[in-house]
Amino acid sequence: MGEPVYRLLGVTKVYGTRKVLDVAALDVHAGEILGIVGPSGAGKSTLLRLLGFLEAPTSGTLTFRGQRINGAAPPLAVRRQVTMVFQRPVLLSGSVYANVAYGLRVRGITDARERVEQVLDQLGMLPLRKESASTLSGGEAQRVALARALVVEPEVLLLDEPTANLDPAHVAIIEDVVRKARATRGMTIVLVTHNIFQARRLADRVALLVAGRLVEVAPTRAFFESPCAPETRAFISGEMVY
Amino acid sequence: MLGSGLRQAVQLILSLDAELLRIIVLSLRVSATALLFSTLLGVPLGAWLGLRRFFARRLVIAAIYTGMGFPPVVVGLVVYMLLSRSGPLGSLGLPWVPQLFTPDAMVIAQIIIATPLVAGFTMAAVMGVDPNLRQQLISLGATPWQATRAVLREARQGVIVAVVAGFGSIISEVGAVMLVGGNIEGSTRVLTTAIVLETQKGNFSLALAMGIVLLTIAFVINSVVLRLQGKAYG
Repeated sequence: MGEPVYRLLGVTKVYGTRKVLDVAALDVHAGEILGIVGPSGAGKSTLLRLLGFLEAPTSGTLTFRGQRINGAAPPLAVRRQVTMVFQRPVLLSGSVYANVAYGLRVRGITDARERVEQVLDQLGMLPLRKESASTLSGGEAQRVALARALVVEPEVLLLDEPTANLDPAHVAIIEDVVRKARATRGMTIVLVTHNIFQARRLADRVALLVAGRLVEVAPTRAFFESPCAPETRAFISGEMVY
Repeated sequence: MLGSGLRQAVQLILSLDAELLRIIVLSLRVSATALLFSTLLGVPLGAWLGLRRFFARRLVIAAIYTGMGFPPVVVGLVVYMLLSRSGPLGSLGLPWVPQLFTPDAMVIAQIIIATPLVAGFTMAAVMGVDPNLRQQLISLGATPWQATRAVLREARQGVIVAVVAGFGSIISEVGAVMLVGGNIEGSTRVLTTAIVLETQKGNFSLALAMGIVLLTIAFVINSVVLRLQGKAYG
């Protein structure tokens, strides 16, 4: 399988006196789609924020491509290999186009019209490229958020509930683009979702996080058809773990 | 009296009376200079307070809010005492410390009046930008400085309102410039202090003429503010 993109060992995150994350071990492999599921408050978003270098672990080691990430944020060149799409995207007040071009602009790439328009087209947003971002619906804003992350062609794409509260048509568009990003660019994707069906549709492996701990990490098929942990069985059968 | 006074006032303005013109120019020069410094100090201070969480931040904000409501005449009194020959700054005789009863002394007082306003309004504008934006831009590969610039750009309407409001507060202020400027003819007489003097002398048409000019300036400023606020919050 080669060297993992991420390797987490004994990683914890503590806010005040509350330990919200306690991951004994987790590898994220290059080019895989890893789904992270679990009840709300399980620490899914916190784990994603650690992977996105937006926060540092309280203890333990987080390694990215063999490089240990210590307390402070890693160098810009490392940081720019990882991009995150947030559950509640906040867009800039300019046009849709300007929003998608932002990640390129901060990298000093200004003549990328083709690249921007291609990504917008993939997501069905090309006709809206000149619209003001403030006039978009929730589903459109979510697609712009995905577009602005994809356009910089990161090595790793972190998705935090990218389709929460969207209608099925939008969900299908976004899932399709995520699949293509992995297939054509070999992007490594970590997907946090409360929707186990989405994890089943998209992920190669699925991890169940409960109360900050990884209960089970398994290939998608095994996860759903022959789960080891009783919590996994309870979770996928729809009984709440907590 | 008001009718004939008004007619004469308009005539004075239209004839571009030399004394009137000099007073207008000095008013604008003093307040514009003060505003320049207030902007250079207040915008970064406000942006910093709006973006960063640090120890004693609430104390600094409380101080700024107090400064926003500070009576100009009290600012004038303090600056007067600082700059006077026997005061702590005036007695040093340093070349960069302006003397009392000069336009520079008036600039100092007006900087103290306008800076808290500019900083306070800038802080409010920056805090009005969704705090999640910054982190999302960082995640897209922006450097902290690039993300800060983007947040300021999002708050730009509010920052302009802050600067214009700062100007409005000092161009119409009378207490501080009266005390530290001394209302000396041809030297430190500005619109507001001249209105006080001419009214006391019974020279109503000249006072009215200057009142009209001041009102016009204030009207233009407030129109600009309203327009920008409409854009920013409408």
